Amino acid sequence: MSGKTLEVEHKLLLDYYKKMLELRVFEVKVQELYRNGRLPGFVHLYVGEEAVAVGVCSNLKTEDLVFSTHRGHGHALAKGVPGRVVLAELWGKVTGSSGGRGGSMHMYAPEYGFMGTNGIVGAPIPLATGGGLTAKLRKQGHVVVSFFGEGAVNSGSFHEAVNFGAVWNLPVIYVCENNLYATEMAFARATKNTSVASRAASYGMKGVEVDGQDVMAVHEAAAEAIRTARADGGPTLIECKTYRYVGHHEGDPGTDYRTREEVQVWKLKDPVKRARKQLLEFGVEESKLQAVDEEVEVWIEEAVQFAEGSSEPLPESVSEHVY
Amino acid sequence: MSEQERIITYADAGVEALREEMRRDGSIVYIGQGIGSRGGNFRQTKGLWQEFGDHRLRDTGICELGATGVAIGAAMAGTRTIVDEVFLDFALEAITQIIQQAANISYMSNGKIKAPVLIRGAMGSVRSAGAHHSHTFYNWFANTPGLKVVLPATPYDLKGLFKSSLREPGPVVFIEHKSLYNLKGVVPEKEYTIPLGEARIIREGKDLTIVAMSRMVDLAIKAAAALEQEGISAEVIDPRTIVPLDRERITDSIKKTGKLVVIDESPSSCSFAAELLAIAVEDCFNEMQVIPKRICSLSVPNPFSPVLENLMIPSVERVVREIHAMMKNVRRKS
Repeated sequence: MSGKTLEVEHKLLLDYYKKMLELRVFEVKVQELYRNGRLPGFVHLYVGEEAVAVGVCSNLKTEDLVFSTHRGHGHALAKGVPGRVVLAELWGKVTGSSGGRGGSMHMYAPEYGFMGTNGIVGAPIPLATGGGLTAKLRKQGHVVVSFFGEGAVNSGSFHEAVNFGAVWNLPVIYVCENNLYATEMAFARATKNTSVASRAASYGMKGVEVDGQDVMAVHEAAAEAIRTARADGGPTLIECKTYRYVGHHEGDPGTDYRTREEVQVWKLKDPVKRARKQLLEFGVEESKLQAVDEEVEVWIEEAVQFAEGSSEPLPESVSEHVY
Repeated sequence: MSEQERIITYADAGVEALREEMRRDGSIVYIGQGIGSRGGNFRQTKGLWQEFGDHRLRDTGICELGATGVAIGAAMAGTRTIVDEVFLDFALEAITQIIQQAANISYMSNGKIKAPVLIRGAMGSVRSAGAHHSHTFYNWFANTPGLKVVLPATPYDLKGLFKSSLREPGPVVFIEHKSLYNLKGVVPEKEYTIPLGEARIIREGKDLTIVAMSRMVDLAIKAAAALEQEGISAEVIDPRTIVPLDRERITDSIKKTGKLVVIDESPSSCSFAAELLAIAVEDCFNEMQVIPKRICSLSVPNPFSPVLENLMIPSVERVVREIHAMMKNVRRKS
């Protein structure tokens, strides 16, 4: 693993474990708040896919940009947007990342290099590619990550965008989170070629497939792609095999189109538990991990207090920022 | 010939605006099909590639959705971009990016992200281009909060409005008319801009107000000249930008003349002409002496047959005829 000492690797894994746990705990809290009718709108939770966001974003600097999806809370957190700011946005509060104007699928925090979740499947891929054009023109070695689900890869947006990324040799990392279902549609029913990574060849681009439940594996794959992109070596398409334990959105039980057994099998590969187990095997003490778990619990409770206690947007501000 | 009287075409006025702005602002990047070494399907970028090269004049394949999304994303990240759809019709391939992303981004991000992108397209019927290449749906964009919509009618306005549009903080839909590219007019060589939201009174009059945009301005001027022979004094106003709209200058004129005619190349239903009639009712009801009139294209897809197409689009003859009919119904002032 790229010549890092074991000690360094353990420390990194501990960092990623904590971050993944934050993503998990955050979404579980959002689920609870939403089910209790305390959050407006619609939410698509990231539970089960944490290793992808954390594995990729752990390679990024603040100036690097991330363009995310409808299932994007995890990407925002992994890119460094504070949990309380994300939660306040989900609550429609003025302290949210978009001051309550955006919500789950339209939250933006450019101050952290987070260029938005997105309500339209496929649409952020051309946008990210454009971000890559700006990065390339500025010649500062910045990169852009485009997250999308496998549900986006049959769209024209995907095709046109990655084609641009390749032909213009842009510093973009296209990260497909293949969780096997687009809403309820199984990928194998939607396309004949179910290897997203293999599609990269059609565009003259490098494509790799990685176990999306293994945070170190994702980190390493992304690290190589990002090194290439920073050195003006062009884009890479990374397919992360992953799974969401929850339904497509809150309210969808997620069991009409897949078996409970399938969900259970994937839960055995849970990225958070897996990292925890590895850390214990490496000799990290249980008490140390418990301390991390408690820190994260405190963190989420503070976020809830902050968001809940924040003000609603002012009615007289309704027409601000249109143009 | 003095500098003030220099005459160039509508297409060249656009090229000149672009050249000046691209020299002034080194970050401007132009994206589109055939806009590089070819100089644009309508010669709308002639000579720019020779000066600014491949990096700033970025030729693309035929993929408006991707190209428009890339232009918007680059703009969100801080590069001022122009995306040329060439035919406005082709913007439909990219409409989700324009409406959902570009128009919404400032609001959705609470003003933290702006997309300074200019979406350029040429609209309207010209020489039997047929239903796929003749649309004039600028009113759709005007119905979308977050977009500014510019419709230059003359070479002078094109240059001044183009330069202003390239200094806007957010997205501008800049719509030229295909049949105007060879139109010649006076364009000063010296630096000037025209602010968005300022209507132009093309000719003053006292008996009725004619509002027209883009190619319909020429019809309005010709109709006004014909009416003048009969002793009817028409005021002709071109809003030039429909978002933002110079509501005051238009309604001042309607209040003065008591009569409104709108000439619009779009079909009448839910058109910009309909919007102007609504404004007239809201703001000028007490001053109106006759039911206002919209003269629009017939509600049919653009026919190929020249005979049918000419029937579809407003003509000078039809405008004069409709105004005659209107004048017969004018209520006496009490």
